[in-house]
Amino acid sequence: MRLREIAHSRAGDKGDTSNISVIVYDMADYPCLERWLTADRVREHFADLTKGEVLRYELPKLGALNFVLRGALAGGVTRSLALDAHGKCLGPMILDIEIPEGREEAPA
Amino acid sequence: MRTIRLGAGAGFSGDRIDPAVDLARNGEIDYLIFECLAERTIALAQQAKMRDPSQGYDPLLAERMLAVLPDCRRKGIRIITNMGAANPLAAAQKVRAVARQLGLAGLKIAAVMGDDVLDQVMAGDYSVMETDEPVQAFRDRLISANAYLGAGPILRALQEGADVVITGRASDPALFLAPLIHEFGWGKEDWTRLGRGILVGHLLECAGQITGGYFADPHYKDVPDLARLGMPIGEVSEDGTVVITKTPGSGGKVSAATCKEQLLYEIHDPRRYFQPDVVADFSNVTMEEIGPDRVRISGADGSPKTKLLKVSLGYVDSYVGEGQISYAGPGAVERGKLALRIIEERLRLTGLRCKEMRSELIGVDSILGGHLSSAAPMPAEVRARIAGRTESLEDAQRIAQEVDALYLNGPAGGGGVSKSAREIIGIVSTLIPEDVARTSVEMMES
Repeated sequence: MRLREIAHSRAGDKGDTSNISVIVYDMADYPCLERWLTADRVREHFADLTKGEVLRYELPKLGALNFVLRGALAGGVTRSLALDAHGKCLGPMILDIEIPEGREEAPA
Repeated sequence: MRTIRLGAGAGFSGDRIDPAVDLARNGEIDYLIFECLAERTIALAQQAKMRDPSQGYDPLLAERMLAVLPDCRRKGIRIITNMGAANPLAAAQKVRAVARQLGLAGLKIAAVMGDDVLDQVMAGDYSVMETDEPVQAFRDRLISANAYLGAGPILRALQEGADVVITGRASDPALFLAPLIHEFGWGKEDWTRLGRGILVGHLLECAGQITGGYFADPHYKDVPDLARLGMPIGEVSEDGTVVITKTPGSGGKVSAATCKEQLLYEIHDPRRYFQPDVVADFSNVTMEEIGPDRVRISGADGSPKTKLLKVSLGYVDSYVGEGQISYAGPGAVERGKLALRIIEERLRLTGLRCKEMRSELIGVDSILGGHLSSAAPMPAEVRARIAGRTESLEDAQRIAQEVDALYLNGPAGGGGVSKSAREIIGIVSTLIPEDVARTSVEMMES
């Protein structure tokens, strides 16, 4: 299934770095999110846009992951030639990633 | 338990004004805070000030103040804003004039100065964070250097009795932290409470982005009545816990989901959110929906500040020329691609020097890039777009002109050309010791 079925997201920008949050609607889906949505998977998804580093931060109490994509904004909002210079569209784009169906057992 | 109610009346310079009036009139707020200063805005404002020394502050300042000052005066609501941009003193004088025009005598207005550190940065030995070059490498092109000030000078203005506090560059959350320190008497090294105050500011500073703006996704995340989106209120307790809500009857919604999205907006490491007054830690924050459009947020923390201030340096970077043209009907994508190839070849043939170039089809690959959009169905219409970075404005105009010429010289059925050529102000950053920024507060009365 697509990530969109279990999570929502928002993108923000600082200079040439984008951050994209991914937040589950239902806390029961968080273990699945944490297991499948790795930094590598996100880097692969956005390979057209950045060759830079992708970092992942976990916020289990909010049921959220925060991805930081360096060099993803064609120089950043002040000088980028891109139509969406802020990278606002990256938020919905991440929800297109496919993840396996079915919830994980919650960690003990 | 005593709470202080902070209202966020704007999240950017061009924000709506009527929801701020609603906040002042119906929000039962103690402070109305307008965050209006994006990263590059202050460099543009500095250029405006160089052309006319009485300018350089937010263009909507007078309109906003005319709209909210009567209600704020009547209810004793104090206003804090960074609409001073490159010229807080002139902005304060403008607010004084507006107050007099409204017949509001005795309004105390404070201008916070000292964020302009261009002289200090040029005289010092600082390096640019993004490039590791010395700041001096940008000397000839530098327009502005403004430090993100902390809550300190805003707090001084409030202690001196200001009804309206106007700053230039200050950390956005500091606009919200200062009144909390003022009201609750939080200590300068009470890192936990300062961290919580920063969270309050961070959640509120983008105004409608926490009340359902930048959130709606029909059938997945529906938001009622976005045309009447209410702006947020934070009810803050002495321990720094906050309840986020909005005015009764306004559009939008406040839920744990809207608050979570905003909590992570423009955050990198949630354990270390660097601010002038504290390093805030959002990693253990919890949220609880305690009523309709009411979310209680607690658990933020903080650690000692770095005693460094971030400085934004604005410089003349380059020029960009851009043109767009639409194609529709059968073969639209192929004709759009042909148009882009023609422009690229024209620029080569005419010897135009471009430092960077981007050509794409809006509706096909302008946002997603080629890979992610390769599986998408062919659209009924596309818009070809070409943008190039040049050394001069004249060269930028030539790129736009070449797109215009596609009307008569390009593929069949091209229509709706738009074009632009503009100077690009770039922004880079450096760090300075906090005491290098010499802040002051100037008070005046209407």
